[in-house]
Amino acid sequence: MPKDAQAMLADPGPDQVYREALNAGTFQIQQCTACSKHIFYPRLVCPHCGSNEIAWASPSGQGTVYSTTVVRRKPERGGDINVAMVELDEGVRMMSRVEGLPPAEVTIGLRVTARLVEQGENKQVIFEPAGGAQ
Amino acid sequence: MSHPLRGSTAIVGASTAGLGACPGHTEMDIIVTAAHQALADAGLKITDVDGLFSCSTVYSLATLSIGEYLGIKPKFSDSNQIGGSSFVGHMLTAAMAIQNGLCETALIVYGSNQRSAAGKLVGLPEPDFYEAPYEPKQPPSSYAMVAARHMHEFGTTREQLAQVAVDARQWARMNPEAFMRDELSIEDVLNARMVSDPLTVRDCCLVTDGGGAIVMVSADRAKDFPHKPAYVLGVGMAHWHRNISAMPDYTVSAASESGPRAFDMAGLTPSDVDVLELYDAFTINTIMFLEDLGFCKKGEGGPFVADGHIGPGGSTPVNTNGGGLSCCHPGMYGMFTIVEAVRQLRGQCAERQIEGAEIALSHGNGGRFSSQVTALLGSEATL
Ligand SMILES: [Zn+2]
Repeated sequence: MPKDAQAMLADPGPDQVYREALNAGTFQIQQCTACSKHIFYPRLVCPHCGSNEIAWASPSGQGTVYSTTVVRRKPERGGDINVAMVELDEGVRMMSRVEGLPPAEVTIGLRVTARLVEQGENKQVIFEPAGGAQ
Repeated sequence: MSHPLRGSTAIVGASTAGLGACPGHTEMDIIVTAAHQALADAGLKITDVDGLFSCSTVYSLATLSIGEYLGIKPKFSDSNQIGGSSFVGHMLTAAMAIQNGLCETALIVYGSNQRSAAGKLVGLPEPDFYEAPYEPKQPPSSYAMVAARHMHEFGTTREQLAQVAVDARQWARMNPEAFMRDELSIEDVLNARMVSDPLTVRDCCLVTDGGGAIVMVSADRAKDFPHKPAYVLGVGMAHWHRNISAMPDYTVSAASESGPRAFDMAGLTPSDVDVLELYDAFTINTIMFLEDLGFCKKGEGGPFVADGHIGPGGSTPVNTNGGGLSCCHPGMYGMFTIVEAVRQLRGQCAERQIEGAEIALSHGNGGRFSSQVTALLGSEATL
């Protein structure tokens, strides 16, 4: 049954659910009940088929680097960092970074595994080379 | 039967203003200067304007602020904001409004003091929970990841990307308005400061001040103005995503839809185009758009550029003003693709003039390879 407006806007919203779960140590994505496709970032409406029947799903945490860059920064601004676009095995893509090897050695096609790290007041999803740091 | 909008309107006034550095002025100073100059170019007055089109990253109610300042009380007003391609898109809306009698004289205008205001700009308040925590340098890191993927899939090289910047500079050296006119070599581009791999600062557009404006009227009136009209033959629009995380395939942009839409409306093909003005926010843009708009095959943009097609004397002249890479890039660049296309069709480009230019393509890009708008403009002979 499609949800009515009241059900769609019932507290808490998907961004809040996502971040609270993350801060409690669980990385979740979503899956559309109607078309079965996975969804990231969290949404109230499926971007694949328009359904509003969406469930939370546990990703395997395995993925592949779809693209990567080194953000060049002066040492006093934190130094160079990796920014990567990771495609999870569930088919969704997310921005993240790969740790465990120098930023410039992250390559397209690298298999990676998700890990949660503390960043400020929140936890964030980062990735490491599958099978541990090289 | 041709599309009802094909050739139904024309650009009869066009101007830039304050390109480069324009210290001591607000954005509005640059906007109204561009507007005034474009109207003067058309032999019109501010009071003739009854359709107003603009958008801004500073004025959230852009056409209200501009209308108030200039005393324009438009019958039709549109501030559609889809990033740097907005102004190419406004041509489509203006053509529809004029064709349907909703307004007669449309002013499309943009200006920014991005260079002089640097450091005073406040960040956009738009929430970004899913990219900002990873600290990409935006927008370069988004375009860098597209370039990296293009290189990975097709073997595009940094030298080929650099050739785009070198060709833009060659054109800029023939444009007195261009901000950067020093010699530039492939080695200079490769050895410049790396911003976000694989893009160096010379793979990235400039940060300048500047404004531009055009005036559109119905084709019936177009010959009553001082300059040769540039007829709007076709405009196509497309967008598929906002942030780079959601770009479906990093090797294909929505220009692969906006281009065919514009060509369909105009009844033209890429081989009909004499000169291209492409939104080159980064060197990868030019390569991507040459492929997506049908000027070479997908994946062959790098070799196409390396073969010397897009610079002075090439078969497919691109960004004859020097582009966003060497002429100007005041926050959003789309307007400048239109003004240069109009100048080429009028034959006003002196040393950089493409002989016998009858059909010009203007292509706008917005966001992170997000919104794409393609326009085909033509001389009277193309109607
Ligand atoms: Zn669905």
